[in-house]
Amino acid sequence: MSTPEHPDFLWRTPEPKRHYDVVIVGGGGHGLATAHYLARNHGITNVAVLERGWLAGGNMARNTTLIRSNYLWDESAAIYEHSLKLWEGLEEDLDYPILFSQRGVLNLAHTEQDVRDSVRRVEANRLNGIDAEWLGPDEVAKICPIVNVSDGIRYPVQGATYQPRAGIAKHDYVAWGFARRADEAGIDIIQNCEVTDFVVDGDRVTSVRTSRGDIACGTVALCAAGHTSVLLDRLGVRTPLQSHPLQALVSELLEPVHPTIVMSNAVHVYVSQAHKGELVMGAGVDGYNGYGRRGAFHVIERQMAAAVELFPVFARAHLLRSWAGIVDVTPDASPVVGHTPYENVLVNAGWGTGGFKATPGIGWAFADTVAHGRPHPLVAPFALDRFVTGALVDEHGAAGVAH
Amino acid sequence: MTRVDGYGRIDRTRTLSFTFDGIVRTAHPGDTLASALLAQGVTTLGTSVRLGRPRGVLGSWTEDPCGLVQIEEPFPEPMLLATTVDVVDGLVARGVPGRGRLAEVADTARYDHRHLHCDVLVVGAGPAGLVAAREAARAGQDVVLVDDRPTPGGTLTGTEMIDGRPALEFVDAVAAELAAAPHVTHLQATTAFGHYDDGFVLALERCGEGSDPRQRVHRIRAGRVVVAAGAFERPIVFEDADRPGVMLASAARDLLHRHGVLAGRVVVVFTVDDSAYAAALDLHRAGAAVRVVDARAEAPAGWARRCADAGIVVEPGTDVRGTLGDDRVRAALVGEARREVPCDLLLVSGGWNPTAHLFSHVGGRLAFDDELVGFRPAGDLPGTAVVGAAHGTYALADVLREGAAATGSATDAPHAEPEEITPRGTLWRTPGDPARQFVDIARDATVADIARAVGAGMTSVEHVKRYTTIGTAHDQGKTSGILASGITAELLGRPVGALGTTTFRPPYTPVPFAALAGRDRGDLYDPVRTTPVHDRHVALGAEFEDVGQWKRARHYPRPGEDMAAAVLRECAAVRGAVGMMDGSTLGKIDVRGPDAGVLLDHLYTNLMSTLKVGRVRYGVMCGNDGMVFDDGTVLRLAEDRFLVTTTTGNAAHVLDWMEEWVQTEWPDLRVRLTSVTEQWSILAVAGPRSRDVIGRVFADVDVSNEAFGFMTWQDTELDGVPVRLARISFSGELAVEVTVASWYAADLWDRLLAAGEPWGITPYGTETMHVLRAEKGYPIIGQDTDGTVTPHDLGMAWAVSKKKTDFVGKRSFARPLNADPQRKHLVSLLPTDAATMLPEGSQIVDLPDDGLLPPPPVAMLGHVTSSYRSAELGRPFALALVRGGRDRVGEVVAVPVGDQLVAVEIGDTVLVDPEGARRDG
Amino acid sequence: MQLITCPWCGPREETEFRYGGQADLAYPADPSALDDEQWARFVFFRDNPEGAFAERWCHDAGCRRWLRAVRDTRTYVFAETRPYGRTA
Repeated sequence: MSTPEHPDFLWRTPEPKRHYDVVIVGGGGHGLATAHYLARNHGITNVAVLERGWLAGGNMARNTTLIRSNYLWDESAAIYEHSLKLWEGLEEDLDYPILFSQRGVLNLAHTEQDVRDSVRRVEANRLNGIDAEWLGPDEVAKICPIVNVSDGIRYPVQGATYQPRAGIAKHDYVAWGFARRADEAGIDIIQNCEVTDFVVDGDRVTSVRTSRGDIACGTVALCAAGHTSVLLDRLGVRTPLQSHPLQALVSELLEPVHPTIVMSNAVHVYVSQAHKGELVMGAGVDGYNGYGRRGAFHVIERQMAAAVELFPVFARAHLLRSWAGIVDVTPDASPVVGHTPYENVLVNAGWGTGGFKATPGIGWAFADTVAHGRPHPLVAPFALDRFVTGALVDEHGAAGVAH
Repeated sequence: MTRVDGYGRIDRTRTLSFTFDGIVRTAHPGDTLASALLAQGVTTLGTSVRLGRPRGVLGSWTEDPCGLVQIEEPFPEPMLLATTVDVVDGLVARGVPGRGRLAEVADTARYDHRHLHCDVLVVGAGPAGLVAAREAARAGQDVVLVDDRPTPGGTLTGTEMIDGRPALEFVDAVAAELAAAPHVTHLQATTAFGHYDDGFVLALERCGEGSDPRQRVHRIRAGRVVVAAGAFERPIVFEDADRPGVMLASAARDLLHRHGVLAGRVVVVFTVDDSAYAAALDLHRAGAAVRVVDARAEAPAGWARRCADAGIVVEPGTDVRGTLGDDRVRAALVGEARREVPCDLLLVSGGWNPTAHLFSHVGGRLAFDDELVGFRPAGDLPGTAVVGAAHGTYALADVLREGAAATGSATDAPHAEPEEITPRGTLWRTPGDPARQFVDIARDATVADIARAVGAGMTSVEHVKRYTTIGTAHDQGKTSGILASGITAELLGRPVGALGTTTFRPPYTPVPFAALAGRDRGDLYDPVRTTPVHDRHVALGAEFEDVGQWKRARHYPRPGEDMAAAVLRECAAVRGAVGMMDGSTLGKIDVRGPDAGVLLDHLYTNLMSTLKVGRVRYGVMCGNDGMVFDDGTVLRLAEDRFLVTTTTGNAAHVLDWMEEWVQTEWPDLRVRLTSVTEQWSILAVAGPRSRDVIGRVFADVDVSNEAFGFMTWQDTELDGVPVRLARISFSGELAVEVTVASWYAADLWDRLLAAGEPWGITPYGTETMHVLRAEKGYPIIGQDTDGTVTPHDLGMAWAVSKKKTDFVGKRSFARPLNADPQRKHLVSLLPTDAATMLPEGSQIVDLPDDGLLPPPPVAMLGHVTSSYRSAELGRPFALALVRGGRDRVGEVVAVPVGDQLVAVEIGDTVLVDPEGARRDG
Repeated sequence: MQLITCPWCGPREETEFRYGGQADLAYPADPSALDDEQWARFVFFRDNPEGAFAERWCHDAGCRRWLRAVRDTRTYVFAETRPYGRTA
């Protein structure tokens, strides 16, 4: 029931140097993973990770840690599956007990159209080499006996897609594992260092202006999630990114009752039981733009209604703590990764609710993009210019993307 | 027994029976599980989560970090604090090591929500809150007063004097005054657990086990919120302070005065705060032998004198370093010499933490106050006042003044004698072995763990919290959080104020999921919408499907029929004779005004303004991105009036969409939009004999093709009731949609059914409708499209105006990617074996030469959007979106179905009556 | 959950309203005159400021009218709401 101990040493607290080859803005999962793979795969270590608050204190500390790769479109499936494969070896790579637990995910279907969409996604996954099955209600109940598959609920469960390799991990451990590796490689992790502006020369950024002074840079890699567009505003770069509060919650510790992960887009609930025993649940995205790291309570209440509807045994579990992160979403619910109008500024944003599961995958591909100055094939489809050409990777309706 | 006569607010005339850890015990009404157990000398309630050390209770209310129990009867509930569970007859509970168990069956208790609106919400019915509520009520304001304990009074014990009388008499008097006052709602056993914007506070009322509802969430919207939530005492960290028998001084006092329980006979009080002296004196008075250890250099003079008078030894300038004992403390180890001082109760007070959670929830900032030795609210929040102990004000006279000032005038405050104030000591921990100094006893986390975290490079309290897990248990660190900050600050050599605390987040105390769900479960989870003809469908044995919130009849199986059989029969009936379907769920929007046509020209891809009165046109709507999002027919009712129909699931969205354009983009258009979905019901009569049925019911109407042509409508009457007939067909057959005010729909259904009897009129459901339309290649938006499909992709270039200079979506059609010949087109698929039914959602791939599916990844051409058995064709068929599909008609591709590859031929979408001869009968 | 002041109905619960994103984005007078980039900017690109934001809300479950609001995206506090399309 208890979790493994953290190592005796994690990372230094260095003073920022005057110049780095690469400045990563944002010390969350993506920034730290990018730092790690820059060192590990490309030998690039004159790197700073600048974090305005405490390390991995943004969405990395606030997400519900679901990991899966059963996305519909080839482009999405490719990056998330690459990520999932890395998750499968991450504990070893980081030498950190990240508690990656492949307990499978059920994505429930409640309507005839849900069923069609689910089968479509399962079949696409299989042709892309991703483990996926379509299960009827009885099979759903076998995998997760506490799901109410009776007809007695408002939108009865018609079946589910199942990805056995999906799982959860312990987010702090993941972030700290990446941070420790990056630090060991000589990369400077600098906390309480807010990037406030950029010093520009033509189409290059020469320095980032921070709350701890100017730092000259070769390449700037933006990994600031919900705050990315605020930073790009400083450069006059406009994006389709919109930042919204996304709430999550946990219960107290409970004896094991929920063996897998269950998601339902139609009834808006997703839930897993973490290692120590707490139920971890996500709510829907709050509708308005917001940077307040808090959402409205009616969203939580709706979430609870959905949870008790689908899992009657949760009735007397207790909401222990709720919180919110800031997710940056795009019109097609796919990320924005790659070049900006500034030659040496690369962006990685717009992951919406998919950021955590993508962490190692995007860290790998973004580091490669930074190292070579061209998009890694896995991120090439997610360039900003897709909104101009119309080549969207629309994970909205068809794929029922969520979390 | 440790119950003391003359103390407590329990009903000793009645005895309750409960079971704890398998042993049947007794209690009195007014007891908590903790007080009842302590009254019987049970001090160990369970074991700790990680190390299995014995755990008792430290606090006496929600701050307690370790007295966790599992309720088994009357209904299983996990992880409650023994200090907060009211004993009821038949209660069965057991101690748990930090993890609870959910029931295996659904909870049948009801939970409810209620909205309250008030001028002033007062949270906390201690002295500050009571006075604040009283002053507000006297000023004629609408007042809500909530307090989480069963009875008002807060930490008042009854030993205090207010306005010259015992404090509890004062409490009763104020409660009586509030009860008599109009516009006051006073709720005890009600915890304000979350504070959101604009005075919105959520409170959980515990109505009682067996009550209906069992619990109620109050959603309170208050003009002002007065937080008078008190403060929690803070322990001091020393070795083995997690041992049962170590308790907060205030908790022992509370147990004595509320429950008449003397928690120990030989008591050591270890403090750096004056408030613990009151506990020392109270327990002494109740019969305990008491000794005080005050870590401050000097004991407070007044208290020291009172102790001396009572014969209580006070040792200033020393501290407690550890404890001895097994399951219960048997001695305190005092001073550097670790002198053994025997005791069965060791009370601690390290000062107090203001309960400022509700201030924090709405963004209020807390700052460390050196004098207070605690974090207290800093600065003001509009609409929120924090008073009394929650504000860091502890002297009763000052507390009363703050309460009065919050809603009235401080000069109206009741009187209490001023108290002697001596400076508090700052003491987070005493010297000792860090590995045995527990900071969070709910998590078995020690000073050594904090030291490891700091050694690992952690410099933020948030990191220390995560590294050590301190403050993450069910109590969310009510007693441990600030201690962890203080100790971390010491280890880092930084001031605790600069380090700060972790953030307080809702809920203040745990809230059951079911209480938050309230009544929004089952049928009330989402409204169920049924058509006026619903009862007829039920009577006919229809199976229903959910379409949006609607229940639609999917098919009408006869005895022995499965869906496939029923649908084949219904399809054959429509194609062969006549059928009838309830189409009332279709969205209907009345578009009226001189510019109605202009608006529709903007929003549909084709021209609508040229439609003549009396005629009907099909139209498609796209978003700005050029993707189809809805379709339907449009009837021109008059020069300035159209009736727009939408898909069932999208009706509200289409109305919103149209309103948005009208109001925000083209406000000068003279047009009004009204949803009439529920005003009008539509019954579709389809099939070659439909003309006969319509002619029979509406004898006055010339139903000939010449007089009543395809895509026209006309009004008529039936027994004086207006009826509209429209020649619209979604099946390709001769068909009439009959529209009537919903009030008359069921009657009309009966008449049409009766009139159609000679031709065997057959009610058909949505599934048959889907088959029939698919045979004609008519797409269902949302099934055959997915938000990435243009009208051109659907083969509907004919529905896209080339005359209009612009309409919503047009510009996007000009993007280069829209001209890509490899876009996915809607086509039909016929399995070449003429037998396999393709599952909807199946993917489509090129047919490999060897007929075997290659290993992944396999390039996909598209997917099956609709798939049915056709009675007309005598075989299964499908619609699909296929890359470049229209240019591949006649080619054979493959669909993986299970382990098989099914060869399918790509075809045109129209499989039945391609000439369209049937629509005119 | 906030109170939002509808210019017609007065303060009402947030749950009655629907969010409509950035305000004052006029539909182009002649979309066909725009190049693909300009058109994409109209369709997809939106401001996302941390601070004051002029946005559209619709009193969906009330009078169903659109309003223009200025709201701080950090504190969520509404500085003003007024009928959509009016400047005062």
